[in-house]
Amino acid sequence: MELIVEAVSHQYGATEVMADISFTIGSGEIVTVIGPSGCGKSTLLRFLGGLERPTSGKVFIEGAAPDGSLNPLTYVFQDFALLPWRTVEGNVRLVLDDHRLSASHTDEIVDDVLARTKLSEFRSAWPRQLSGGMKQRVAIARALAVRPAVMLMDEPLSALDSQTRELLMDDLVELWGRERFSACYVTHNLAEAVRLGHRIVVLSRRPGRIREVVDIDVPLSERATRMAELEVTQRHLWQLMRDEAREADRELLHVD
Amino acid sequence: MSTDLASPAAQHAEPATDLAGRREVPFRGGGFRHRPMWYVGPVVFAGLLLLWELGSRSGVISPIALPAPSEALGALGDLVETGMLWRHLSASLSRLALGWSIGTCLGILVGLAIGLFAVARSALSPLVSAFFPIPKIALLPLFIIWFGIGEGSKVATLVFGTFFPTVIATYSGVDGVDRNLIRMGQSFGLKWRSIVTKIILPGALPAILSGARISASIAIILLIAAEMIGAEYGLGAYILMAGSLFALDQLIAGVAMLSIIGLIVAWLIGRAERKLLDWRL
Ligand SMILES: Nc1ncnc2c1ncn2[C@@H]1O[C@H](COP(=O)(O)OP(=O)(O)O)[C@@H](O)[C@H]1O
Ligand SMILES: [Mg+2]
Repeated sequence: MELIVEAVSHQYGATEVMADISFTIGSGEIVTVIGPSGCGKSTLLRFLGGLERPTSGKVFIEGAAPDGSLNPLTYVFQDFALLPWRTVEGNVRLVLDDHRLSASHTDEIVDDVLARTKLSEFRSAWPRQLSGGMKQRVAIARALAVRPAVMLMDEPLSALDSQTRELLMDDLVELWGRERFSACYVTHNLAEAVRLGHRIVVLSRRPGRIREVVDIDVPLSERATRMAELEVTQRHLWQLMRDEAREADRELLHVD
Repeated sequence: MSTDLASPAAQHAEPATDLAGRREVPFRGGGFRHRPMWYVGPVVFAGLLLLWELGSRSGVISPIALPAPSEALGALGDLVETGMLWRHLSASLSRLALGWSIGTCLGILVGLAIGLFAVARSALSPLVSAFFPIPKIALLPLFIIWFGIGEGSKVATLVFGTFFPTVIATYSGVDGVDRNLIRMGQSFGLKWRSIVTKIILPGALPAILSGARISASIAIILLIAAEMIGAEYGLGAYILMAGSLFALDQLIAGVAMLSIIGLIVAWLIGRAERKLLDWRL
């Protein structure tokens, strides 16, 4: 299943948030979107998952969702969005309850995703007892439970400390190796974009436009050990972003 | 650094200064913190009772102004012996339970409606604001005409009195539910019903329960007032009768019963909170 963004522009009232954004997320492909804060990344992701509609332009799905996909377009949120009154297991079950699966099938899925995200021993813990990294793993387990065709990830690692971020990036790469999920991964962190993206879409400051699209050929699993080769790409991206970030920063100061 | 030993400053420094001239950083972080001290409350309470009893026995407190606690206890004993205690208590408690639970259930339903539907909010929230400040006891005569002089009018007063605070607590609880959680529910394709019962209701529950605490106290106050205005049995009627006969020991006994009811209700709600909100800590 492919997700196609076609000429999307959007305004909130008089504020133009993004202009003429087009790109495609192929099957099994991770597209990372980077851009300075306020350039409309979260808004774009809401359009991709159908939580909001753009002022103009459209988002299309092409091809059928894989068999057994319960929720083809599935989010992983920056703030985890776990229900504090449900345990780890309860949070995963929440998204399965409405699908009329047999009890044994549900149990199977829950056991499976908790095992895959290494959470089996924490299944009856409350969210408040978990560290940030663990919470995000629960959110990823919950997303995997509905067998998404495309994962929509809004800065999923931004609320975490840098060590946890490294660990979770490794986890995501390993997971992708097994599941070959497609994803639109939004971030403002260059290192994440370069580690996880098959393709990197660089947005300008608000109103967000596509500055450049960079493809990276190095396989995900080899990137951690071949950072030297990626250094060039990362430096190029940083040059693109630096000016945008600086200008965006000054703009915010003007607004205040 | 050995010269430090000889210098007067080192010798007279307040916290113990060791050979290298080090001393511990002074601790400044104490106080401003609540430690549970469960025994203090009962001790203060018992102490006050004891003072009161001693005051009455020694004649400092005139028996005409205030009977001794032991006399009030005696009056309570009489009440138990004659079987009247149960009579008054059961009348009061059944009104309280019925009025409070109907008012609370209706309040939660209407509060949810206001929280969930824009139409209900526009239609009902001005009404709620208009009715909330009316002391419901003022409507008792009206309720007597509508529901009769018997149980109906008293229960109706309690229903009305508990309904409005519950509505307000419920819809502000719903308003306070994290929008991101609702959006999460929508993004996973949860049914509307599931979003309401699994995300919005549990999210609003802390507010609903603190509303229940308030409405329970309002209910007790209204109960007594309604029973004083027209009831044969009930703690309110008993207290009124004791007062008009200047039987102060009975009056104190009745008031003590009220206080006990209030404590028990607060304890029950506290238990419910601990059980229902165990995810909070
Ligand atoms: N619901 C909304 N109503 C009005 N303005 C919004 C809304 N959501 C976002 N914005 C504005 O749109 C711009 C882009 O926001 P967002 O997509 O959150 O940026 P990013 O995720 O890239 O930091 C910001 O200036 C923000 O203030
Ligand atoms: Mg954002």
